[in-house]
Amino acid sequence: MPETSAASTEITADTVAHLAGLARIALTPDEVESLTSDLDSILTHIAKVSEVTTPDVPATSHPIPLSNVTRPDVVSDVLTQEEALANAPEATDGMFRVSSILGEEQ
Amino acid sequence: MSELVQMTAADLAARIASGEVSSEEATRAHLDRITEVDDALNAFLATDGESSLAAARGIDARRAAGESLGELAGVPLAIKDVLVTTDMPSTSGSKILEGYRSPFDATAVARARAAGLVSIGKTNMDEFAMGSSTENSAYGPTRNPWKLDGVPGGSGGGSAVAVSAFEAPLALGSDTGGSIRQPAALTGTVGVKPTYGGVSRYGAIALASSLDQIGPCARTVLDTALLHDVIAGHDRHDSTSLDFAWPSMAQAAREGADPASLKGLRIGVVKQLMIDGVQSGVQTRFEEALALLSAQGAEIVEIDAPHFEYAVAAYYLILPAEASSNLAKYDSVRFGLRVTPQGGGTVESVMSETRAVGFGAEVKRRIILGTYALSAGYYDAYYGSAQQVRTLIQRDFAAAFEQVDVIASPTAPTTAWALGAHDGDPMRDYLNDATTIPANLAGIPGISLPIGTASEDGLPVGLQLMAPAFEDARLYRAGSAIEQLIADRDNAPFWAQAPELDAAFLATARAGKAAN
Repeated sequence: MPETSAASTEITADTVAHLAGLARIALTPDEVESLTSDLDSILTHIAKVSEVTTPDVPATSHPIPLSNVTRPDVVSDVLTQEEALANAPEATDGMFRVSSILGEEQ
Repeated sequence: MSELVQMTAADLAARIASGEVSSEEATRAHLDRITEVDDALNAFLATDGESSLAAARGIDARRAAGESLGELAGVPLAIKDVLVTTDMPSTSGSKILEGYRSPFDATAVARARAAGLVSIGKTNMDEFAMGSSTENSAYGPTRNPWKLDGVPGGSGGGSAVAVSAFEAPLALGSDTGGSIRQPAALTGTVGVKPTYGGVSRYGAIALASSLDQIGPCARTVLDTALLHDVIAGHDRHDSTSLDFAWPSMAQAAREGADPASLKGLRIGVVKQLMIDGVQSGVQTRFEEALALLSAQGAEIVEIDAPHFEYAVAAYYLILPAEASSNLAKYDSVRFGLRVTPQGGGTVESVMSETRAVGFGAEVKRRIILGTYALSAGYYDAYYGSAQQVRTLIQRDFAAAFEQVDVIASPTAPTTAWALGAHDGDPMRDYLNDATTIPANLAGIPGISLPIGTASEDGLPVGLQLMAPAFEDARLYRAGSAIEQLIADRDNAPFWAQAPELDAAFLATARAGKAAN
């Protein structure tokens, strides 16, 4: 059972299917099923983070904070067009070639 | 086994420097060793003997011409496949990057090459460094030379096994939640996670950017330190890289080699890191190590770190969140795999199909978890709270380091487990990382070094030491002293106790690999 309010929303197959759409991963129905149960079990263990936090605790996004890391605005370390395209699954006329952006129904 | 592969990196480097051995001979000996054992161990994903030998001959020629070279010049180096390299493919253990050739070297690799180290191959790892056993590699698991059918730990099982099985004297790894330290413990080797930002992450295929750190692996503390000195330092290509005048880690290791240096060292033992389920042989070796340290005049202090029990939970929110974002780049457009669904499709369906085919189960699990943690309505409860827990853990460390110089714990709660033993239970692997994760959350350095074998299974046990940020040298000084105490106790360095990989072992491992 979920331990805290954070986990009170049950993970359903629909939730996982929606997340997979956002993450652009075409999951099979079997994968959706197993991930639904995995996610539920994992969230039960990790939802406890909200037990100890209070609003006065600042968030740490970076373990050793640095600020204003800049460099001179000079072009450097540039790949050639050939290098940039060398690993492309498909390239034409010096550009990355992709499948159609819009489907027929759009 | 050639005697050249059984030397420490420091000894091999000295013989190469004196001209007694050439880099080409040293490189060839290691390539031969890889040929002999690696079809059974699967520590390497790629080698290129001709290119390695050519690099070695280049070093020999420069030395012959009288050029002054770095201390490790001519010594072979294995490179975790998370680091991009120009001489061999870089896959991060994933099918989605199969055959990927980087147009540039990662900074850690470039620095190693500039110091004259010879790249000898790319090592196996859990896919995108997600795992604690190397079983999540898309290219098959790596085997632990200490235990037939045993895992080497992970994610850097390949680098740890490469040094443990004498396939390379030195290796590079990456540590996001223990991926250098835990495999070091399970294979009886040494590994260091430097202070976050101490080594450039440029060219490291990102897992979780606020946690990832590149570091050295070897069989001895001094060798690890020598490699650390080569790769550390500021890099303008990495905006999180620290501009700091690092002291020589090798010098610290050499100074620490006299166990008398332990006198007065204050060593903290965190109650919360002595987690439930620590294997009895691991516990026994850990207590023995503390007793050895006390006998040298070190002071053992019990530490309370109340928020450490939330570390695993915070980590498994922060990591998937950052990973789900970092892995969005595998979109089938600019590099990597592209899979077009039957009958064609839009770029979006091609992307979804590519990621379905190209990512393994654990990667999908963590991307979905991260996407959930970052989604509207849950962000504050999960990701936001996890980042606050991170602050609380940093405060616990800060309070601890007011009382002690270093913190000690078992590196991992158990010795190496059997391949497949954790199958189907992701939480089991996650909880296993409880001892190593706090250092990543806080950005502080940690080392793992072997302190003996567990009596019940004869497998290596690792000791973890942690120090405050920027105090990496403290780990090498103390680690070197402890290594000496263990060698004095055993009448041999720990690495020399590694099992011989005899023909029967290799044949059985090959048969098991064929059955995978």
